[in-house]
Amino acid sequence: MNTEKKAMRDVFIEQIYNRMADDDSLFFLSADFGSPKLDMIREDYKDRFINVGIAEQNLINVATGLALEGFTVYAYAIAPFLIMRAYEQIRNNLSLLSHTHKINVNIIGVGAGLSYDVSGPTHHCIEDISIMRTLPNITIFSPSDWALAERFVNYSIENKGPKYLRFDSKPLPCIYGDRANIEIHKGFFELAEGNEICLIATGYMTHTALDVVSRLGEEGINIGLIDVFLIKPLDENLLFKKLNKYKFIITLEEGFINKGGLDSIILGILNKKESNIRLRRIGFNDAYVFDIGSREYLHKLNKLDREGIIMSIKDVMEKIYA
Amino acid sequence: MRESDNLFGFLKEKALWVRKETLNIHKIAQDTRLASSLSAVEIFVALYYGKILAFAPKDIRWEERDRFIISKGHGSISLYPILADLGFYDMKELERVCKEGSFLGGIPDTMIPGYETINGSLGHGPGVGCGIALALKRRKRSEKVFVLLGDGELYEGSVWEAVMFAGEHKLGNLILIIDNNKVCMLDYCRNILDLNPLDDKFKMFKWAVKTVDGHNIGQLHNSLKRIKEDNNDKPKLLIANTVKGKGVPSLENDPLSHIKNIKPEEIDKVIGGLK
Repeated sequence: MNTEKKAMRDVFIEQIYNRMADDDSLFFLSADFGSPKLDMIREDYKDRFINVGIAEQNLINVATGLALEGFTVYAYAIAPFLIMRAYEQIRNNLSLLSHTHKINVNIIGVGAGLSYDVSGPTHHCIEDISIMRTLPNITIFSPSDWALAERFVNYSIENKGPKYLRFDSKPLPCIYGDRANIEIHKGFFELAEGNEICLIATGYMTHTALDVVSRLGEEGINIGLIDVFLIKPLDENLLFKKLNKYKFIITLEEGFINKGGLDSIILGILNKKESNIRLRRIGFNDAYVFDIGSREYLHKLNKLDREGIIMSIKDVMEKIYA
Repeated sequence: MRESDNLFGFLKEKALWVRKETLNIHKIAQDTRLASSLSAVEIFVALYYGKILAFAPKDIRWEERDRFIISKGHGSISLYPILADLGFYDMKELERVCKEGSFLGGIPDTMIPGYETINGSLGHGPGVGCGIALALKRRKRSEKVFVLLGDGELYEGSVWEAVMFAGEHKLGNLILIIDNNKVCMLDYCRNILDLNPLDDKFKMFKWAVKTVDGHNIGQLHNSLKRIKEDNNDKPKLLIANTVKGKGVPSLENDPLSHIKNIKPEEIDKVIGGLK
């Protein structure tokens, strides 16, 4: 298995570069944001690459116009600026307009969660899942590794609607390299089966969760783990079938909790199914992160690190056996 | 009599009819923005009846149509009767504006045959127009992209992102028309943030600019025709100087005309006074 650490954007953009040779409907726009792999597109496809400048609103509007004329467009920028500066452009010209038109715009936001740890709260992106999933017609992809990102290239071309791709900015190890059977449209993958407790994570937190599962396994505690990578549309029935065998679910996200993120999605499913399964949410409470330090340090402060999560799990176990 | 005299006479008649029908719509749909829609009447008439735009009412996604984005969506109620008259939909639809089950609302959207994009919120048209113009240019197609916006809309920052983009990327197939009626929602633009000199602003961003009287149908038609036929690589701006509420004395030159209605019982009298 290829466990090499890679950045999702590099793998994804390299594949787009390869596809641009045979598919002249692919167009790449950037809001003055780069990547070594992007330089290849800039050089070799000058007529289908434009840096629109630091102008996220225009990035989305130009992307919309190109897509209305049949191009498959990639609109690339730093995640929080892209989706929050241009939120109304995304709402009106992608979400709303998709009601009557096919608009294949793939918004690639780099910097999910605390990817840009030391850059501080303007660069953190901990609102995106909740504010993007409130928009109809938009697919949300939240991969945990570059192998998923690579597999999403086909999906992005074949599914002709607007999509938000939330990529981590840091190179991360591979989780899915040797799992040929992953299907993007199924939306999630059960990475570990447990007895009573199941973790549900997305993006970067899936790596921490794997670590937690492995550490507790050494203690003889079997915890389940589901990685949700297609936040929307999500096959809720299929997911509930997996969840139904557990007593307790813990959601893990590098985002706000109690505000419509991954936790709300899972709670919504449990509620719809009139389930008695209990749920605990782990993420950021209603405050921005102003502390300075590495991602690991910030996670520790907010109990999102391995030890913090294990403490939560042990607390949950006490409740189950009480 | 020259052929153009015939055409301009015809266009004037159509403009009068469109004003009348716009007022009739306002009579049953008081939520429509009347003053904004009246300043743009001649612009719509010149584009559609003057055959500046290529369009196909029964094939709204016809590839060879010119793309027309109405960025000042709220101020285009006067396009409703034109689209009906040209066969985009039935004339009877005009009697149901804002009524349950109608697709003609107080502010247009893409459920209406003939509207390319959604423009209830201001400042989106120029950027989307840039994307369409870029696509057509890359595909070496000859159709043009027209975008109509209001002068008050120029306060939106996204407009200037697009203006910079169009000039730099030489989108010569992009034609912006500003319905320069000089009034925002609450005041004259000059009392809010003076937009003048408007032409110089665009010229600095590498645009070709022309200014006309937006109610002089002959001048307007000639300018639009020339601009459409001009294939140089500069994006083109036509500043159409207009009067907000044109044709309705109580609205003309009232800085609050945007939010003023004409009561249903007064409409017939106003129509009787149209020239």
